[in-house]
Amino acid sequence: MPKFKFPDVDTLKSRMSELKQAAQKDKKPEEEAIPSTSIKCPSCENVFDKKELGMLKICPKCARYFRLNSKERIRLVADEGSFEELDSTLNAKNPLNFPDYEEKIAKMQEKTGLKDAVVTGVCTIGGEKAVLGVMDSGFMMASMGSVVGEKLTRAFEYATENKLPIIIFACSGGARMQEGIVSLMQMAKVSAAAAKHSKAGLLYITVLTDPTTGGVTASFAMLGDIIVSEPKALIGFAGRRVVEGTIKQKLPDEFQTAEFQLEHGFVDIIVTREEMPIKLRDILRIHSGRKDGAR
Amino acid sequence: MAGAFDNVKIARKVTRPTALDYINHIFDGFTEFHGDRLFGDDKAVVGGIAWLEHRAVTVLGIQKGKTMEENIKRNFGSPNPEGYRKALRLMKQAEKFGRPIINFINTSGAYPGVGAEERGQGEAIARNLLEMAELKVPSISIIIGEGGSGGALAMAVTDRVWMLENSIYAILSPEGFASILWKDASRAKEAADVMKLTANDLLKLGVVEKVIKEARGGCQNDFGFTANLLKSKLVIEIDTLCAMPIEKLLEERYARFRAFGEFSE
Repeated sequence: MPKFKFPDVDTLKSRMSELKQAAQKDKKPEEEAIPSTSIKCPSCENVFDKKELGMLKICPKCARYFRLNSKERIRLVADEGSFEELDSTLNAKNPLNFPDYEEKIAKMQEKTGLKDAVVTGVCTIGGEKAVLGVMDSGFMMASMGSVVGEKLTRAFEYATENKLPIIIFACSGGARMQEGIVSLMQMAKVSAAAAKHSKAGLLYITVLTDPTTGGVTASFAMLGDIIVSEPKALIGFAGRRVVEGTIKQKLPDEFQTAEFQLEHGFVDIIVTREEMPIKLRDILRIHSGRKDGAR
Repeated sequence: MAGAFDNVKIARKVTRPTALDYINHIFDGFTEFHGDRLFGDDKAVVGGIAWLEHRAVTVLGIQKGKTMEENIKRNFGSPNPEGYRKALRLMKQAEKFGRPIINFINTSGAYPGVGAEERGQGEAIARNLLEMAELKVPSISIIIGEGGSGGALAMAVTDRVWMLENSIYAILSPEGFASILWKDASRAKEAADVMKLTANDLLKLGVVEKVIKEARGGCQNDFGFTANLLKSKLVIEIDTLCAMPIEKLLEERYARFRAFGEFSE
Protein backbone atom coordinates (compact mmCIF):
# COMPACT_ATOMS: atom_id res chain seq x y z
CA MET A 1 0.00 0.00 0.00
CA PRO A 2 1.34 3.48 -0.83
CA LYS A 3 1.69 5.70 2.24
CA PHE A 4 -0.64 8.65 2.29
CA LYS A 5 0.24 11.67 4.36
CA PHE A 6 -2.46 14.21 4.84
CA PRO A 7 -1.18 17.64 3.68
CA ASP A 8 -1.12 20.58 6.07
CA VAL A 9 -3.57 23.47 5.84
CA ASP A 10 -1.24 25.89 4.04
CA THR A 11 -0.48 23.37 1.33
CA LEU A 12 -4.18 22.73 0.90
CA LYS A 13 -4.95 26.45 0.69
CA SER A 14 -2.34 27.14 -1.94
CA ARG A 15 -3.46 24.04 -3.86
CA MET A 16 -7.07 25.30 -3.76
CA SER A 17 -6.13 28.69 -5.16
CA GLU A 18 -4.06 26.98 -7.86
CA LEU A 19 -7.05 24.89 -8.81
CA LYS A 20 -9.31 27.95 -8.86
CA GLN A 21 -6.91 29.77 -11.13
CA ALA A 22 -6.65 26.77 -13.38
CA ALA A 23 -10.43 26.51 -13.53
CA GLN A 24 -10.71 30.15 -14.53
CA LYS A 25 -8.11 29.67 -17.22
CA ASP A 26 -10.08 26.73 -18.57
CA LYS A 27 -13.22 28.87 -18.65
CA LYS A 28 -11.73 31.60 -20.77
CA PRO A 29 -12.19 29.98 -24.16
CA GLU A 30 -15.80 29.28 -23.28
CA GLU A 31 -16.46 32.99 -22.80
CA GLU A 32 -15.27 33.75 -26.27
CA ALA A 33 -16.70 30.51 -27.60
CA ILE A 34 -17.24 30.53 -31.32
CA PRO A 35 -20.82 30.22 -32.57
CA SER A 36 -21.96 26.75 -33.56
CA THR A 37 -22.13 27.73 -37.22
CA SER A 38 -18.45 28.72 -37.16
CA ILE A 39 -15.24 26.77 -36.95
CA LYS A 40 -11.71 27.64 -35.85
CA CYS A 41 -8.74 26.46 -37.86
CA PRO A 42 -6.24 24.72 -35.56
CA SER A 43 -3.38 25.86 -37.81
CA CYS A 44 -3.98 29.58 -38.41
CA GLU A 45 -6.65 30.07 -35.70
CA ASN A 46 -8.83 31.84 -38.22
CA VAL A 47 -12.52 31.64 -37.24
CA PHE A 48 -14.86 31.28 -40.17
CA ASP A 49 -18.32 30.10 -41.15
CA LYS A 50 -18.55 26.31 -41.49
CA LYS A 51 -20.05 26.71 -44.96
CA GLU A 52 -16.81 28.26 -46.14
CA LEU A 53 -15.08 24.94 -45.45
CA GLY A 54 -16.93 23.53 -48.46
CA MET A 55 -16.99 19.97 -49.72
CA LEU A 56 -13.20 19.84 -49.81
CA LYS A 57 -12.95 20.88 -46.16
CA ILE A 58 -9.99 23.18 -46.61
CA CYS A 59 -9.35 26.27 -44.47
CA PRO A 60 -10.09 29.30 -46.71
CA LYS A 61 -7.23 31.25 -45.13
CA CYS A 62 -4.26 28.89 -44.71
CA ALA A 63 -5.38 25.93 -46.87
CA ARG A 64 -5.09 23.45 -44.00
CA TYR A 65 -6.84 20.17 -44.75
CA PHE A 66 -9.53 19.14 -42.31
CA ARG A 67 -10.09 15.39 -42.07
CA LEU A 68 -12.82 13.97 -44.28
CA ASN A 69 -15.03 11.17 -43.06
CA SER A 70 -15.62 8.20 -45.33
CA LYS A 71 -18.94 9.52 -46.63
CA GLU A 72 -17.45 12.90 -47.55
CA ARG A 73 -14.47 11.19 -49.16
CA ILE A 74 -16.58 8.89 -51.29
CA ARG A 75 -18.76 11.82 -52.41
CA LEU A 76 -15.62 13.67 -53.43
CA VAL A 77 -13.96 10.87 -55.36
CA ALA A 78 -16.60 8.54 -56.82
CA ASP A 79 -18.85 9.49 -59.70
CA GLU A 80 -22.18 10.65 -58.34
CA GLY A 81 -24.43 7.76 -57.43
CA SER A 82 -21.90 5.15 -58.59
CA PHE A 83 -20.78 3.82 -55.21
CA GLU A 84 -22.19 0.44 -54.21
CA GLU A 85 -21.13 -0.70 -50.78
CA LEU A 86 -19.78 -4.21 -50.13
CA ASP A 87 -19.84 -6.19 -46.87
CA SER A 88 -21.74 -3.51 -44.99
CA THR A 89 -22.96 -5.76 -42.20
CA LEU A 90 -19.71 -6.86 -40.57
CA ASN A 91 -19.61 -6.24 -36.86
CA ALA A 92 -16.73 -6.40 -34.39
CA LYS A 93 -16.55 -9.10 -31.73
CA ASN A 94 -14.30 -9.20 -28.72
CA PRO A 95 -11.53 -11.77 -29.27
CA LEU A 96 -9.62 -10.92 -26.06
CA ASN A 97 -12.76 -10.30 -23.98
CA PHE A 98 -11.30 -6.87 -23.45
CA PRO A 99 -13.25 -4.95 -20.80
CA ASP A 100 -15.85 -2.53 -22.23
CA TYR A 101 -14.83 -3.11 -25.86
CA GLU A 102 -18.38 -3.97 -27.00
CA GLU A 103 -19.72 -0.83 -25.32
CA LYS A 104 -17.05 1.27 -26.98
CA ILE A 105 -17.91 -0.17 -30.40
CA ALA A 106 -21.64 0.41 -29.83
CA LYS A 107 -20.99 4.01 -28.82
CA MET A 108 -18.81 4.66 -31.88
CA GLN A 109 -21.40 3.06 -34.16
CA GLU A 110 -24.08 5.32 -32.77
CA LYS A 111 -21.89 8.41 -33.04
CA THR A 112 -20.66 7.81 -36.59
CA GLY A 113 -23.43 5.76 -38.18
CA LEU A 114 -20.68 3.36 -39.31
CA LYS A 115 -20.25 -0.30 -38.39
CA ASP A 116 -16.47 0.02 -38.14
CA ALA A 117 -13.52 2.07 -39.40
CA VAL A 118 -13.59 1.25 -43.11
CA VAL A 119 -16.17 1.46 -45.89
CA THR A 120 -15.59 -0.66 -49.00
CA GLY A 121 -17.42 -0.87 -52.29
CA VAL A 122 -17.34 -0.57 -56.04
CA CYS A 123 -17.64 2.69 -57.93
CA THR A 124 -16.63 4.53 -61.06
CA ILE A 125 -14.20 7.44 -61.14
CA GLY A 126 -14.53 9.44 -64.34
CA GLY A 127 -16.28 6.39 -65.75
CA GLU A 128 -13.46 4.01 -64.77
CA LYS A 129 -14.63 1.12 -62.59
CA ALA A 130 -12.66 0.42 -59.42
CA VAL A 131 -12.98 -1.13 -56.00
CA LEU A 132 -12.75 1.58 -53.36
CA GLY A 133 -11.86 1.29 -49.68
CA VAL A 134 -12.02 4.34 -47.44
CA MET A 135 -10.89 4.35 -43.84
CA ASP A 136 -12.62 6.67 -41.41
CA SER A 137 -10.61 8.36 -38.67
CA GLY A 138 -13.82 9.25 -36.85
CA PHE A 139 -14.21 5.60 -35.81
CA MET A 140 -11.62 4.81 -33.12
CA MET A 141 -8.95 6.65 -35.12
CA ALA A 142 -9.45 4.13 -37.93
CA SER A 143 -7.56 1.49 -35.99
CA MET A 144 -7.39 -1.90 -37.70
CA GLY A 145 -9.20 -4.75 -36.01
CA SER A 146 -10.85 -7.86 -37.43
CA VAL A 147 -13.61 -5.99 -39.27
CA VAL A 148 -11.25 -3.55 -41.00
CA GLY A 149 -8.89 -6.41 -41.90
CA GLU A 150 -11.69 -8.65 -43.17
CA LYS A 151 -13.42 -5.94 -45.23
CA LEU A 152 -10.17 -4.88 -46.89
CA THR A 153 -9.22 -8.51 -47.54
CA ARG A 154 -12.61 -9.12 -49.15
CA ALA A 155 -12.24 -5.93 -51.17
CA PHE A 156 -8.91 -7.22 -52.54
CA GLU A 157 -10.41 -10.65 -53.22
CA TYR A 158 -13.40 -9.06 -54.98
CA ALA A 159 -11.05 -6.94 -57.08
CA THR A 160 -8.90 -9.96 -57.98
CA GLU A 161 -11.94 -12.06 -58.88
CA ASN A 162 -13.50 -9.33 -61.02
CA LYS A 163 -10.18 -8.17 -62.50
CA LEU A 164 -10.62 -4.65 -61.13
CA PRO A 165 -8.17 -2.07 -59.90
CA ILE A 166 -8.42 -1.15 -56.21
CA ILE A 167 -7.94 2.21 -54.52
CA ILE A 168 -7.56 2.44 -50.76
CA PHE A 169 -7.71 5.75 -48.93
CA ALA A 170 -5.60 4.91 -45.89
CA CYS A 171 -5.67 6.64 -42.55
CA SER A 172 -5.15 5.00 -39.22
CA GLY A 173 -3.74 5.30 -35.76
CA GLY A 174 -2.50 1.72 -36.24
CA ALA A 175 -3.61 -1.55 -34.74
CA ARG A 176 -6.85 -1.93 -32.77
CA MET A 177 -5.24 -2.49 -29.37
CA GLN A 178 -8.41 -3.98 -27.89
CA GLU A 179 -8.12 -6.90 -30.33
CA GLY A 180 -4.47 -7.52 -29.49
CA ILE A 181 -2.67 -10.17 -31.49
CA VAL A 182 -5.74 -10.73 -33.70
CA SER A 183 -5.31 -7.16 -34.87
CA LEU A 184 -1.62 -7.81 -35.67
CA MET A 185 -2.61 -10.79 -37.80
CA GLN A 186 -4.82 -8.54 -39.96
CA MET A 187 -1.62 -6.96 -41.31
CA ALA A 188 -0.51 -10.31 -42.70
CA LYS A 189 -4.02 -11.19 -43.89
CA VAL A 190 -4.60 -8.00 -45.91
CA SER A 191 -1.03 -8.04 -47.27
CA ALA A 192 -1.46 -11.62 -48.49
CA ALA A 193 -4.66 -10.63 -50.29
CA ALA A 194 -2.83 -7.63 -51.80
CA ALA A 195 -0.10 -10.03 -52.99
CA LYS A 196 -2.66 -12.16 -54.87
CA HIS A 197 -4.18 -9.08 -56.48
CA SER A 198 -0.72 -7.92 -57.51
CA LYS A 199 0.22 -11.31 -58.92
CA ALA A 200 -2.88 -11.16 -61.10
CA GLY A 201 -1.35 -8.08 -62.75
CA LEU A 202 -3.94 -5.70 -61.35
CA LEU A 203 -3.48 -2.11 -60.24
CA TYR A 204 -3.47 -1.09 -56.59
CA ILE A 205 -3.36 2.59 -55.66
CA THR A 206 -3.03 3.73 -52.07
CA VAL A 207 -3.86 7.26 -51.10
CA LEU A 208 -2.29 8.16 -47.78
CA THR A 209 -4.25 10.69 -45.77
CA ASP A 210 -3.78 12.24 -42.37
CA PRO A 211 -2.77 10.27 -40.30
CA THR A 212 -1.41 6.99 -41.69
CA THR A 213 0.66 5.28 -39.02
CA GLY A 214 1.62 2.05 -37.26
CA GLY A 215 0.41 -1.31 -38.51
CA VAL A 216 -1.45 0.19 -41.46
CA THR A 217 1.72 1.91 -42.71
CA ALA A 218 3.59 -1.34 -42.08
CA SER A 219 1.19 -3.31 -44.26
CA PHE A 220 -1.19 -2.47 -47.11
CA ALA A 221 -0.71 1.33 -47.06
CA MET A 222 2.89 0.99 -48.27
CA LEU A 223 2.13 -1.75 -50.80
CA GLY A 224 0.43 0.20 -53.58
CA ASP A 225 1.83 0.02 -57.10
CA ILE A 226 1.32 3.75 -56.91
CA ILE A 227 1.42 5.56 -53.59
CA VAL A 228 -0.38 8.90 -53.59
CA SER A 229 -0.59 11.23 -50.64
CA GLU A 230 -2.54 14.29 -49.64
CA PRO A 231 -0.37 17.32 -48.83
CA LYS A 232 0.94 17.61 -45.28
CA ALA A 233 -0.55 14.27 -44.18
CA LEU A 234 1.22 12.59 -41.27
CA ILE A 235 2.71 9.31 -42.51
CA GLY A 236 5.00 7.10 -40.47
CA PHE A 237 5.50 3.80 -38.70
CA ALA A 238 6.49 4.68 -35.12
CA GLY A 239 4.62 7.47 -33.36
CA ARG A 240 6.35 10.82 -33.16
CA ARG A 241 6.51 10.72 -29.37
CA VAL A 242 7.98 7.22 -29.42
CA VAL A 243 10.74 8.34 -31.78
CA GLU A 244 11.37 11.45 -29.67
CA GLY A 245 11.61 9.17 -26.65
CA THR A 246 14.19 7.03 -28.45
CA ILE A 247 16.44 9.90 -29.50
CA LYS A 248 15.70 12.07 -26.45
CA GLN A 249 15.14 15.21 -28.51
CA LYS A 250 12.42 17.11 -30.34
CA LEU A 251 11.80 16.34 -33.98
CA PRO A 252 11.35 18.98 -36.68
CA ASP A 253 7.76 19.77 -37.77
CA GLU A 254 8.24 18.26 -41.21
CA PHE A 255 9.22 14.84 -39.78
CA GLN A 256 6.86 12.14 -41.11
CA THR A 257 4.87 14.49 -43.33
CA ALA A 258 3.81 13.56 -46.86
CA GLU A 259 6.53 15.90 -48.12
CA PHE A 260 9.13 14.09 -45.93
CA GLN A 261 8.01 10.74 -47.35
CA LEU A 262 8.17 12.09 -50.90
CA GLU A 263 11.69 13.38 -50.24
CA HIS A 264 12.76 9.98 -48.87
CA GLY A 265 11.27 8.05 -51.73
CA PHE A 266 8.22 6.44 -50.14
CA VAL A 267 5.47 8.39 -51.90
CA ASP A 268 5.09 8.61 -55.68
CA ILE A 269 3.12 11.82 -55.85
CA ILE A 270 1.37 14.36 -53.66
CA VAL A 271 -2.05 15.28 -55.01
CA THR A 272 -4.32 18.02 -53.70
CA ARG A 273 -7.90 17.33 -52.78
CA GLU A 274 -9.23 19.34 -55.72
CA GLU A 275 -7.16 17.36 -58.20
CA MET A 276 -7.63 13.93 -56.61
CA PRO A 277 -10.58 12.57 -58.65
CA ILE A 278 -9.08 13.70 -61.95
CA LYS A 279 -5.64 12.34 -61.09
CA LEU A 280 -7.07 8.98 -59.99
CA ARG A 281 -9.16 8.84 -63.16
CA ASP A 282 -6.09 9.54 -65.29
CA ILE A 283 -4.02 6.87 -63.55
CA LEU A 284 -6.88 4.37 -63.92
CA ARG A 285 -7.18 5.21 -67.63
CA ILE A 286 -3.50 4.74 -68.33
CA HIS A 287 -3.81 1.26 -66.84
CA SER A 288 -7.04 0.41 -68.65
CA GLY A 289 -5.74 1.78 -71.94
CA ARG A 290 -8.84 3.95 -72.45
CA LYS A 291 -7.12 7.25 -73.12
CA ASP A 292 -10.24 9.38 -73.41
CA GLY A 293 -12.43 7.08 -71.40
CA ALA A 294 -13.86 5.60 -74.58
CA ARG A 295 -15.24 2.09 -74.11
CA MET B 1 -1.19 -19.03 -10.16
CA ALA B 2 1.61 -17.49 -12.14
CA GLY B 3 0.54 -14.51 -14.23
CA ALA B 4 1.38 -13.81 -17.85
CA PHE B 5 3.85 -11.17 -16.75
CA ASP B 6 6.12 -13.92 -15.38
CA ASN B 7 6.45 -15.13 -18.98
CA VAL B 8 7.24 -11.58 -20.05
CA LYS B 9 10.06 -11.45 -17.51
CA ILE B 10 11.49 -14.81 -18.55
CA ALA B 11 11.19 -13.93 -22.25
CA ARG B 12 13.22 -10.77 -21.67
CA LYS B 13 15.93 -12.34 -19.49
CA VAL B 14 19.36 -11.26 -20.66
CA THR B 15 20.58 -14.82 -20.10
CA ARG B 16 17.91 -16.26 -22.40
CA PRO B 17 19.48 -18.14 -25.33
CA THR B 18 19.58 -16.06 -28.50
CA ALA B 19 18.97 -16.81 -32.17
CA LEU B 20 22.64 -17.60 -32.79
CA ASP B 21 22.67 -20.03 -29.85
CA TYR B 22 19.94 -22.05 -31.54
CA ILE B 23 21.41 -21.65 -35.01
CA ASN B 24 24.82 -22.92 -33.89
CA HIS B 25 23.34 -25.80 -31.88
CA ILE B 26 20.73 -27.05 -34.33
CA PHE B 27 22.46 -26.61 -37.71
CA ASP B 28 25.79 -27.69 -39.18
CA GLY B 29 28.12 -25.43 -41.13
CA PHE B 30 26.25 -22.16 -40.70
CA THR B 31 27.75 -19.51 -42.97
CA GLU B 32 26.57 -16.01 -42.21
CA PHE B 33 25.85 -13.56 -45.03
CA HIS B 34 25.63 -9.82 -44.64
CA GLY B 35 23.90 -6.77 -46.02
CA ASP B 36 20.71 -5.77 -47.77
CA ARG B 37 22.47 -4.61 -50.99
CA LEU B 38 20.71 -1.28 -50.58
CA PHE B 39 22.01 0.54 -47.54
CA GLY B 40 24.01 -1.51 -45.08
CA ASP B 41 24.29 -4.51 -42.79
CA ASP B 42 21.96 -4.55 -39.81
CA LYS B 43 23.53 -6.60 -37.06
CA ALA B 44 20.19 -7.01 -35.30
CA VAL B 45 19.37 -9.54 -38.03
CA VAL B 46 21.58 -12.53 -38.77
CA GLY B 47 21.15 -14.90 -41.66
CA GLY B 48 22.84 -17.35 -43.93
CA ILE B 49 22.97 -20.92 -45.16
CA ALA B 50 23.40 -24.13 -43.19
CA TRP B 51 22.58 -27.83 -42.99
CA LEU B 52 19.65 -29.16 -41.04
CA GLU B 53 20.81 -32.78 -40.84
CA HIS B 54 21.20 -33.54 -44.56
CA ARG B 55 19.06 -30.76 -45.91
CA ALA B 56 20.39 -27.38 -47.12
CA VAL B 57 18.40 -24.57 -45.54
CA THR B 58 18.39 -20.80 -45.15
CA VAL B 59 18.39 -19.66 -41.54
CA LEU B 60 17.56 -16.22 -40.19
CA GLY B 61 17.32 -14.72 -36.76
CA ILE B 62 16.68 -11.50 -34.93
CA GLN B 63 19.66 -11.31 -32.64
CA LYS B 64 19.85 -9.80 -29.17
CA GLY B 65 23.12 -9.40 -27.29
CA LYS B 66 24.03 -10.84 -23.93
CA THR B 67 26.43 -8.11 -22.87
CA MET B 68 25.99 -4.35 -23.05
CA GLU B 69 28.69 -4.17 -25.70
CA GLU B 70 27.04 -6.81 -27.84
CA ASN B 71 23.61 -5.29 -27.29
CA ILE B 72 24.83 -1.96 -28.61
CA LYS B 73 26.18 -3.73 -31.69
CA ARG B 74 22.90 -5.64 -32.09
CA ASN B 75 20.77 -2.58 -31.30
CA PHE B 76 19.16 -4.67 -28.51
CA GLY B 77 17.60 -6.86 -31.16
CA SER B 78 15.53 -4.07 -32.72
CA PRO B 79 16.04 -4.17 -36.49
CA ASN B 80 16.21 -1.18 -38.78
CA PRO B 81 14.64 -1.37 -42.27
CA GLU B 82 17.90 -2.76 -43.70
CA GLY B 83 17.59 -5.71 -41.32
CA TYR B 84 14.19 -6.66 -42.73
CA ARG B 85 15.47 -6.05 -46.25
CA LYS B 86 18.47 -8.30 -45.62
CA ALA B 87 16.08 -10.96 -44.34
CA LEU B 88 13.95 -10.60 -47.47
CA ARG B 89 17.00 -10.76 -49.73
CA LEU B 90 18.11 -14.01 -48.12
CA MET B 91 14.61 -15.45 -48.23
CA LYS B 92 14.36 -14.67 -51.96
CA GLN B 93 17.76 -16.33 -52.37
CA ALA B 94 16.37 -19.38 -50.56
CA GLU B 95 13.40 -19.40 -52.93
CA LYS B 96 15.68 -19.27 -55.97
CA PHE B 97 17.68 -22.26 -54.80
CA GLY B 98 14.75 -24.19 -53.35
CA ARG B 99 15.90 -24.09 -49.73
CA PRO B 100 13.37 -24.12 -46.89
CA ILE B 101 13.56 -21.17 -44.51
CA ILE B 102 13.79 -21.23 -40.72
CA ASN B 103 13.45 -17.96 -38.79
CA PHE B 104 14.28 -17.42 -35.11
CA ILE B 105 12.45 -14.40 -33.74
CA ASN B 106 13.42 -12.43 -30.68
CA THR B 107 12.72 -8.71 -30.70
CA SER B 108 10.90 -6.19 -28.58
CA GLY B 109 9.99 -4.54 -31.87
CA ALA B 110 11.22 -2.79 -34.98
CA TYR B 111 13.50 0.12 -34.07
CA PRO B 112 11.61 3.43 -33.72
CA GLY B 113 14.45 5.75 -34.72
CA VAL B 114 14.79 8.73 -37.05
CA GLY B 115 16.91 6.82 -39.57
CA ALA B 116 14.48 3.91 -39.48
CA GLU B 117 11.63 6.25 -40.40
CA GLU B 118 13.71 7.98 -43.10
CA ARG B 119 14.56 4.64 -44.67
CA GLY B 120 10.98 3.36 -44.52
CA GLN B 121 10.51 1.03 -41.58
CA GLY B 122 6.85 0.71 -42.47
CA GLU B 123 7.61 -0.10 -46.10
CA ALA B 124 10.26 -2.66 -45.16
CA ILE B 125 7.89 -4.55 -42.87
CA ALA B 126 4.99 -4.29 -45.33
CA ARG B 127 7.14 -5.62 -48.19
CA ASN B 128 8.14 -8.66 -46.14
CA LEU B 129 4.51 -9.46 -45.30
CA LEU B 130 3.57 -9.35 -48.98
CA GLU B 131 6.59 -11.25 -50.30
CA MET B 132 6.62 -13.91 -47.60
CA ALA B 133 2.98 -14.75 -48.35
CA GLU B 134 4.09 -15.89 -51.81
CA LEU B 135 7.53 -17.46 -51.28
CA LYS B 136 7.66 -20.77 -53.14
CA VAL B 137 9.58 -22.63 -50.44
CA PRO B 138 8.45 -24.00 -47.06
CA SER B 139 9.08 -21.85 -44.01
CA ILE B 140 8.90 -22.12 -40.24
CA SER B 141 9.37 -19.36 -37.70
CA ILE B 142 10.01 -19.90 -34.02
CA ILE B 143 9.52 -17.15 -31.45
CA ILE B 144 12.30 -17.85 -28.98
CA GLY B 145 11.94 -14.81 -26.69
CA GLU B 146 9.99 -11.66 -27.47
CA GLY B 147 7.75 -11.45 -30.50
CA GLY B 148 7.23 -7.72 -30.63
CA SER B 149 4.47 -6.61 -32.98
CA GLY B 150 5.09 -5.81 -36.66
CA GLY B 151 8.82 -6.10 -36.07
CA ALA B 152 8.32 -9.81 -35.33
CA LEU B 153 5.53 -10.43 -37.85
CA ALA B 154 7.83 -9.13 -40.60
CA MET B 155 9.70 -12.45 -40.32
CA ALA B 156 6.81 -14.65 -39.22
CA VAL B 157 4.51 -14.92 -42.26
CA THR B 158 5.51 -18.57 -42.54
CA ASP B 159 3.82 -21.95 -43.06
CA ARG B 160 4.25 -22.77 -39.39
CA VAL B 161 4.75 -20.46 -36.43
CA TRP B 162 5.98 -22.01 -33.21
CA MET B 163 6.82 -20.59 -29.82
CA LEU B 164 9.04 -21.63 -26.97
CA GLU B 165 6.99 -22.16 -23.84
CA ASN B 166 8.04 -18.95 -22.11
CA SER B 167 8.24 -16.69 -25.10
CA ILE B 168 5.65 -14.00 -25.82
CA TYR B 169 4.06 -12.61 -28.98
CA ALA B 170 1.98 -9.46 -28.92
CA ILE B 171 0.76 -6.34 -30.68
CA LEU B 172 2.75 -4.17 -28.27
CA SER B 173 4.69 -4.45 -25.02
CA PRO B 174 2.40 -4.75 -22.00
CA GLU B 175 3.81 -1.43 -20.80
CA GLY B 176 2.90 0.27 -24.08
CA PHE B 177 -0.49 -1.43 -24.14
CA ALA B 178 -1.30 -0.19 -20.63
CA SER B 179 -0.11 3.30 -21.41
CA ILE B 180 -2.21 3.55 -24.60
CA LEU B 181 -5.40 2.03 -23.26
CA TRP B 182 -5.27 3.04 -19.62
CA LYS B 183 -2.80 5.94 -19.79
CA ASP B 184 -0.80 4.14 -17.12
CA ALA B 185 2.31 2.12 -18.03
CA SER B 186 2.56 0.79 -14.48
CA ARG B 187 -0.46 -1.43 -15.15
CA ALA B 188 1.71 -3.64 -17.40
CA LYS B 189 1.07 -6.74 -15.30
CA GLU B 190 -2.66 -6.39 -15.69
CA ALA B 191 -2.20 -5.70 -19.40
CA ALA B 192 -0.14 -8.87 -19.83
CA ASP B 193 -3.03 -10.87 -18.38
CA VAL B 194 -5.64 -9.55 -20.83
CA MET B 195 -3.40 -9.47 -23.91
CA LYS B 196 -3.19 -13.25 -24.50
CA LEU B 197 0.52 -13.05 -25.21
CA THR B 198 1.74 -16.34 -23.75
CA ALA B 199 2.59 -19.33 -25.90
CA ASN B 200 -0.28 -21.40 -24.51
CA ASP B 201 -2.83 -18.62 -25.00
CA LEU B 202 -1.67 -18.15 -28.58
CA LEU B 203 -1.82 -21.89 -29.22
CA LYS B 204 -5.48 -21.81 -28.12
CA LEU B 205 -6.14 -18.80 -30.37
CA GLY B 206 -4.56 -20.65 -33.30
CA VAL B 207 -1.89 -18.00 -33.80
CA VAL B 208 0.81 -20.67 -33.37
CA GLU B 209 0.79 -24.39 -34.13
CA LYS B 210 3.23 -25.69 -31.59
CA VAL B 211 4.69 -24.84 -28.20
CA ILE B 212 8.18 -26.14 -27.41
CA LYS B 213 8.79 -27.09 -23.79
CA GLU B 214 11.38 -25.36 -21.65
CA ALA B 215 13.08 -26.31 -18.42
CA ARG B 216 11.46 -24.99 -15.25
CA GLY B 217 12.21 -21.27 -14.91
CA GLY B 218 13.18 -20.91 -18.56
CA CYS B 219 15.33 -22.55 -21.24
CA GLN B 220 18.51 -20.85 -19.98
CA ASN B 221 18.39 -23.46 -17.19
CA ASP B 222 18.71 -26.35 -19.66
CA PHE B 223 19.45 -25.05 -23.12
CA GLY B 224 20.32 -28.48 -24.53
CA PHE B 225 16.89 -29.86 -23.63
CA THR B 226 14.94 -27.15 -25.50
CA ALA B 227 17.38 -26.92 -28.42
CA ASN B 228 17.43 -30.69 -29.00
CA LEU B 229 13.66 -30.92 -28.71
CA LEU B 230 13.26 -28.07 -31.18
CA LYS B 231 15.74 -29.65 -33.58
CA SER B 232 13.92 -32.98 -33.62
CA LYS B 233 10.60 -31.25 -34.30
CA LEU B 234 12.11 -29.03 -36.99
CA VAL B 235 13.61 -31.99 -38.85
CA ILE B 236 10.25 -33.76 -38.96
CA GLU B 237 8.22 -30.69 -39.88
CA ILE B 238 10.58 -29.48 -42.61
CA ASP B 239 10.46 -33.00 -44.11
CA THR B 240 6.66 -32.87 -44.06
CA LEU B 241 6.49 -29.40 -45.61
CA CYS B 242 9.10 -30.25 -48.28
CA ALA B 243 6.99 -33.24 -49.32
CA MET B 244 3.99 -31.03 -50.06
CA PRO B 245 3.29 -29.75 -53.59
CA ILE B 246 4.16 -26.06 -53.65
CA GLU B 247 0.68 -24.98 -54.82
CA LYS B 248 -0.90 -26.70 -51.85
CA LEU B 249 1.65 -25.17 -49.51
CA LEU B 250 0.85 -21.67 -50.77
CA GLU B 251 -2.90 -22.28 -50.56
CA GLU B 252 -2.56 -23.43 -46.99
CA ARG B 253 -0.32 -20.51 -46.07
CA TYR B 254 -2.90 -18.10 -47.47
CA ALA B 255 -5.69 -19.88 -45.62
CA ARG B 256 -3.66 -19.87 -42.41
CA PHE B 257 -3.49 -16.07 -42.28
CA ARG B 258 -6.85 -15.56 -44.02
CA ALA B 259 -8.62 -17.20 -41.10
CA PHE B 260 -7.59 -14.68 -38.45
CA GLY B 261 -10.30 -12.34 -37.22
CA GLU B 262 -13.47 -12.45 -35.16
CA PHE B 263 -16.60 -10.71 -36.37
CA SER B 264 -20.29 -11.30 -36.90
CA GLU B 265 -22.21 -10.74 -40.10
